[in-house]
Amino acid sequence: MPAQLTEIRVREVKVRLHRAGRGPTVLFLHGAGGVPQWLPFFEALAERYEVLVPEHPGFGLSDDPPWISSMPDLAMFYLDLVEELWLERVHLIGNSLGGWLAAEILVRDRARFRSLVQLAPAGIRVKGVPCGDNFIWGPEEAVRNLYHDQSFADRILALTPDDAQMDVMLKNRFTVAKLGWQPRWFNPDLEKWLHRIKVPALIVWGDDDKIMPPAYAALWTARLPDARLVIVEGCGHLPHVEQAPVVLSHVHAFLEGAAP
Amino acid sequence: MKLVSFHLMPYRPLDLAEAAKHRSPWVVLPNRLYDPVLGAKEYERHIDALVYAEELGFDAIGVNEHHQTAYGLMPAPNLIASALIQRTKRVKIAILGRALPLVNNPIYIAEEFAMLDNLSKGRIIAGFVRGIGSEYHSSGTNPYFSHERFHEAHDLIIRAWTEPGPFAFDGDHFSLQYVNLWPRPYQTPHPPVWIPSQGSSETVAWASHPARKYPFLVTFSSADLVARYHNTYRNQAREYGYEAAADQLGWACPIYVAESDERARAEAGHAVETLFNDFLRQTFEMLMPPGYTSMNSMKNFVAMRRGLGGGKATAEGLIDSGTALIGSPKTVLAGIERMREKTGFGILVALLQFGILSDELTRRNMDMFAAEVMPHLRD
Repeated sequence: MPAQLTEIRVREVKVRLHRAGRGPTVLFLHGAGGVPQWLPFFEALAERYEVLVPEHPGFGLSDDPPWISSMPDLAMFYLDLVEELWLERVHLIGNSLGGWLAAEILVRDRARFRSLVQLAPAGIRVKGVPCGDNFIWGPEEAVRNLYHDQSFADRILALTPDDAQMDVMLKNRFTVAKLGWQPRWFNPDLEKWLHRIKVPALIVWGDDDKIMPPAYAALWTARLPDARLVIVEGCGHLPHVEQAPVVLSHVHAFLEGAAP
Repeated sequence: MKLVSFHLMPYRPLDLAEAAKHRSPWVVLPNRLYDPVLGAKEYERHIDALVYAEELGFDAIGVNEHHQTAYGLMPAPNLIASALIQRTKRVKIAILGRALPLVNNPIYIAEEFAMLDNLSKGRIIAGFVRGIGSEYHSSGTNPYFSHERFHEAHDLIIRAWTEPGPFAFDGDHFSLQYVNLWPRPYQTPHPPVWIPSQGSSETVAWASHPARKYPFLVTFSSADLVARYHNTYRNQAREYGYEAAADQLGWACPIYVAESDERARAEAGHAVETLFNDFLRQTFEMLMPPGYTSMNSMKNFVAMRRGLGGGKATAEGLIDSGTALIGSPKTVLAGIERMREKTGFGILVALLQFGILSDELTRRNMDMFAAEVMPHLRD
């Protein structure tokens, strides 16, 4: 089922939205790389759910309003977006920066959300365990360090992005710096409020994540009030890409359990 | 023409072969490669060279700020400036410059410059820069807000120097209940402000604005680029309705003078290559963190680099492109005069020690520059 591409406007901000499927709503919040393509992971979810994948303001072809200057701003914007679209009982899934965003949203207002899946989220800091510095890595290094299985990296590195794709990559990179450069990949005020996320949560982490080390999984599991943790073997920072079938089986089981 | 003897204070004892194994001599070069005994000697010799420049008749001596790098040992250039004040009498002392966006309270920069201006009885030239890309990695400052922080810090410093305190400052990045400088600067209305830059059009438009008319120093670029940036400034000034004066345009350039072109190249060729290939070596990601320049400037930079290709700088290439002036007095003078004809620039910031150039050769270079080149540049 191909995704339908639409544009919505929330508070005068144009947001590009990929959507597919019918059923309970799954809102997927992308990470630093944006939404370069409709993933098999989305496709499989869309068989049972209505899957919404927005491009965050500042990413892809969405607008980039200057007043969104931090992750808390972006989270407040998403609360507006969810209201604007009349979304309810939403299953929230976030990866990396999108996982950070999911937590920022839920600590503020969880009324319209019923569960949370965190795929290697950023957002908190384990003292003494620095994240990988993907701002200083070169282009090839940055792609390679996303994956455990280097054949994924090889396939991406074999592609030559066109000018429009290069522009989007640059735009994403600027926004990622704006949101996450300092302090690097976390909000010092987030961890102390994670107990507010009183929805069932599934935390998924690759055992070979070179960006957010697996030590972070333990802290998330300890801080979220109702969380279970799955460590995926042979997997880097994008579990839903690199180990899609394994992650899907966990996510499906979790979402069905969280359904009532 | 105003002549500035400028120094980067590189760490010359650096094991270049060992350093080459690391991503860059900036940010990540392990500091076990710094030997404090050798480093302390470096400070002594570099300061001696700057002090000597007063004796030779330079108008100003210059230092600058860089962090966490073997390229330059002056994370706090004002400390060096303070030492120079005590050892000199007449010469201006140019700090080229302080990196405004990297600090959390720019008042400290305003205060330190005001102190130096008092200590020197008005000999300070205050350079304002944003810091180079690598310094956003090493300081953690968010490059996305670099321009905003620079402009806000600049406005705060100028107001702190000129407006009666105490007053409150309400910025987006810096918000202060009390701005009230003690001491106030010695010079009225404040020390001259110079803007060293690698030539971004945004900076040119800002520096040349009639409210500022800040001298604009182009650093480490080919002669063609220097001329282009100078003329961009001139044209921008004309658009603002005035003609840029000679002392609004500066050129910072490695210079080496010897009896003959051959001798100059033999003595300084390798050293200038170490400046560009060893001490300045940085990756694109370090030089251009996201947001440090506008998206368009960054795209132009990518295209330009692609055009240049990789590869190492050679002394020959640096000399041919006019990035470095190395040769006999006649050759060096001709390079300066060519630029003067093209752009009418009036500030020459001469880097007379660069890379691993030894104390002995630096001294000889300074002597020969002062004896054979300087007299021809006096207006």
